[in-house]
Amino acid sequence: MHLPLKGIVVLEFSQYLSGPCAGLRLADLGAHVIKIERPQKGEAGRKLAIKNLWAGESSLLFHTINRNKDSFTADLNDADDMKWIKLLIREADIITHNFRPGIMEKKGLHYEAVKAINPGIIYTEISGYGKEGPWKNKPGQDLLIQSLSGLTHSTGNYHDNPLPFGLGIGDYLCGNQAVQFILAALIRKKKTGQGALLQLSLMETLIDFQFEFFTTYFQSKRHHKRSAINNGHSLLSAPYGIYQTIDGYIAIAMMPLHKLNAAIACEALKQFEEKEAFEKRDEIKAAISTHLLTGTTASWLKKTQPLDLWVMPVLNWRQLKETEGYKVLQMEQKVQLSDKAITTTRCPVRINGQLLLSDKPAPAVGQHTENIKAALSLKL
Amino acid sequence: MSELLEDILVLDFSQFLSGPYASLRLSDMGARVIKIERPVIGDLCRTLYVSDVKIDGGESTIFHAINRNKESLAADIKKETELEKIKKLIRKADILIHNFRPGVMERIGLEYETVRQLNPAIIYAEISGYGEKGEWKSFPGQDLLLQSVSGITYLSGNQTDQPTPMGVAAADILAGTHLVQGILAAMFSRFDSGEGALVQVSMLESLIDFQFEVLTCFFNDGYALPDRSAVNNGHAYIAAPYGVYQTADGYIALAMGSIPLLGQLLQCDLLCSYDQPSEWFNKRDEIKLILKDHLLTKSTKEWLHVLEPADIWCSDVFDYNTLLKSEGYTVLDMEQQVFSGNKKIKTTRCPVRVDGKVLKSAKGAPALGEHTLAIEKEFEL
Repeated sequence: MHLPLKGIVVLEFSQYLSGPCAGLRLADLGAHVIKIERPQKGEAGRKLAIKNLWAGESSLLFHTINRNKDSFTADLNDADDMKWIKLLIREADIITHNFRPGIMEKKGLHYEAVKAINPGIIYTEISGYGKEGPWKNKPGQDLLIQSLSGLTHSTGNYHDNPLPFGLGIGDYLCGNQAVQFILAALIRKKKTGQGALLQLSLMETLIDFQFEFFTTYFQSKRHHKRSAINNGHSLLSAPYGIYQTIDGYIAIAMMPLHKLNAAIACEALKQFEEKEAFEKRDEIKAAISTHLLTGTTASWLKKTQPLDLWVMPVLNWRQLKETEGYKVLQMEQKVQLSDKAITTTRCPVRINGQLLLSDKPAPAVGQHTENIKAALSLKL
Repeated sequence: MSELLEDILVLDFSQFLSGPYASLRLSDMGARVIKIERPVIGDLCRTLYVSDVKIDGGESTIFHAINRNKESLAADIKKETELEKIKKLIRKADILIHNFRPGVMERIGLEYETVRQLNPAIIYAEISGYGEKGEWKSFPGQDLLLQSVSGITYLSGNQTDQPTPMGVAAADILAGTHLVQGILAAMFSRFDSGEGALVQVSMLESLIDFQFEVLTCFFNDGYALPDRSAVNNGHAYIAAPYGVYQTADGYIALAMGSIPLLGQLLQCDLLCSYDQPSEWFNKRDEIKLILKDHLLTKSTKEWLHVLEPADIWCSDVFDYNTLLKSEGYTVLDMEQQVFSGNKKIKTTRCPVRVDGKVLKSAKGAPALGEHTLAIEKEFEL
């Protein structure tokens, strides 16, 4: 199929997750993504494993984030290597990096320097906390930014410790925000020839992520509070949350209490009025909790779903994998390594009904250096 | 507001959060966004199911956060005459967004094939809950429900906790973000092809993508389910000390780091014997229990004073009250005032800087149908 970013060249000076997950999306959309890595060791993310899972020299985690890319090695402190980098910059459309502030300046690869080589470049820099202020040199690590941004006060119940999201939301979302702006900048470039400097941080990304909470806080001057029972979203009233049943769990989103009760017939719920759904949400949720423990998940779904109430079962991955709802999405794809195949997920966007698939694996360190140099030499 | 998407016209039929979050970002990039709303009720997010905090007139703060910098046109598209007006507008538009359940746009007569005939260059973008096929296609595409089927509720909280949803509408926000990626990629390729495109994202696919690292682990590790740590879980797949800990006067977050080094710095001898990095994962609960007790003995500030100079990945844990007082927050200039009618509302700005500038606009969320007459006149509808 024709991919929308065919012909676009991305130089990825990024490591770990935030920048590289932006590169992955651009690659799936058709861009030619070249990781610029240190000789021998390569990107630091190659040695970061989860559950000690490896595929060859690099972690499975690295393979997940860096499939569908090329690798070019260069020592940014070496004059000869820097000549090649500058030649590459001339051919590139996009640069991403996520070094701490000051590093790219030291290498002579900050925006002004790169722009002098290639005025149309779209230069994207991701930091932890922005380039100014007391935190600018603090490690831009996801858990720390979740903790400083107030996000840990949204998940879990009222009496719990502040509770982080169990995934790198700051890294992941920051990379995804970057992709949107890179594409918008490519559109402007197509019209005007102008390049762009795009700057974002994990902190700003997580503040934007909580924009509903911040805006509500600015008006009320009161901090939102997680509900004490089955908290799902601290700005929402009962019954919103996940409830235990005899054999599992059921999720119940927003709905008028009387509609819920028409389906589940909970005697204790009758005493509450709709206007109390926020103020008395803990009492209401306690009443619902006790009642739902008397039936199975399937029995409650049978009573609520035909009424179009907003409920669903709570599934783990094994259960999800067996559902038709999951299978029809065809979210899995195989990436072919030299000695084995890895199953991973695909890009979540469909264009003209087509899935964006690629079986190209993550590169070995420097795997494409010679080929890329040869191609550059032809252009000299 | 930036001029990256200057002269781009977006018609947004979507409601609540996922689609409107996509059009909010497009408006930050400089596109003109017109919400197409039902008369009288409008976007359900204006009034329904909101917190106990309301702005004068009963509108939700959430609606204002999501819909700043947009216009509103009220039209009853079930009426033929009104639908014709909208079709005229569609001929002028670059992007159409909706997040109705599958089948609704077909019933109205605005499915992709019809719209494409009106305007072959249009980018038609839709968000569904579960995709357009399969057993769940007609089910409500609501954030908590999507989190619940996606398996993501088994990643946060501790081992013995119930499945724990993430307390922010992650499925909505991510689906909106992915939709913008698809829209802009299609718009970029339109320069060469002259043709529009159909862009589709579902909230379930977005949440699967969000879990791509841990799901890949699951697929290639014999389908082993995630195992949240029993003590202060921060990430089911990461070794001790990763998590948030209580101190004498608050909390401290500790990310990855060497356990014996932490033991030395914190003067906690029990930790010094864990000198094998593999133990930091395999014995993470017992290590974290030791840390949990030890960290209670001093204040957050005292611990940070010891750990930060040694470049240990640690931080304080803030709520909004403390965050807003910190210089690290104010230096980011994340707040902006918008004006909605005669109401002044403080909200946040777009998180990305373009060419060194923050993107702000004083234009607040529109009243329902506020721009109907002006748009009808401008486009001669």
